[in-house]
Amino acid sequence: MRLVAIGLAAGVFSAFFGVGGGIVAVPLLILVAGLAERPATATSLLAIAITASAGVVAYGLRGQIDVGYAALLGLPAAAGALAGSAWQQRIHASTLTYGFAVLLTGLGVWLLVG
Amino acid sequence: MSASTIVLAILLGVAAGVLSGLFGVGGGILFVPALLALGLGQLEAQGTSLLAILPTVLAGTWNQRRYGNLRPRTALVLGLASIAGVEVGARLATELPESTLRRLFAVLLFGAAAQLVLRTRRRTSRYPDSP
Repeated sequence: MRLVAIGLAAGVFSAFFGVGGGIVAVPLLILVAGLAERPATATSLLAIAITASAGVVAYGLRGQIDVGYAALLGLPAAAGALAGSAWQQRIHASTLTYGFAVLLTGLGVWLLVG
Repeated sequence: MSASTIVLAILLGVAAGVLSGLFGVGGGILFVPALLALGLGQLEAQGTSLLAILPTVLAGTWNQRRYGNLRPRTALVLGLASIAGVEVGARLATELPESTLRRLFAVLLFGAAAQLVLRTRRRTSRYPDSP
């Protein structure tokens, strides 16, 4: 039952924002379902494959998907993500993470004022 | 789509992928702003982002499978339950004005930044000697 509730919450969040929903699913899997961090991350990734596919259908039916841009961003990103996660094992840089947090904040400000 | 737009989209895709792999965040949080920068509206950026994250998610799952962290049955229950939520989320997003949705997405970015900082501080306090 807990898993169903987490899934429902992640689904609403994912489709509402057009993101995978890991940002809510992973903490909930740790806090509510009692998984450790790594299994929670890996498991949420597979669940997101289903969630995002359902989101593609929901937005696709509403005519809100640009397949060309999805391919141009999504395919290079998959290669980039594999490289990024390999580098992550080697670098242990909290300074970089703070820089990335600043970047996300900057993007948020841009959305608010732009 | 002009040649320079195509090159820009590919570069943004690579950058979003590297950053998401490096910092363990989803690609969507970066794809949506990237697609807005490329000129899409908020709703179309969100729908396109959901399709764009699929290759990264599948590659990541394939990668994780080797470490034995994956719980396929748990993932299946979560994923199937999420389908009902997805319809609710998409309906809510469609009903809101795009400008409101965009502001809420900004709040999501602030939240993600805060979560990242908290997670990093927790890790560095656990391993105080790491850089």
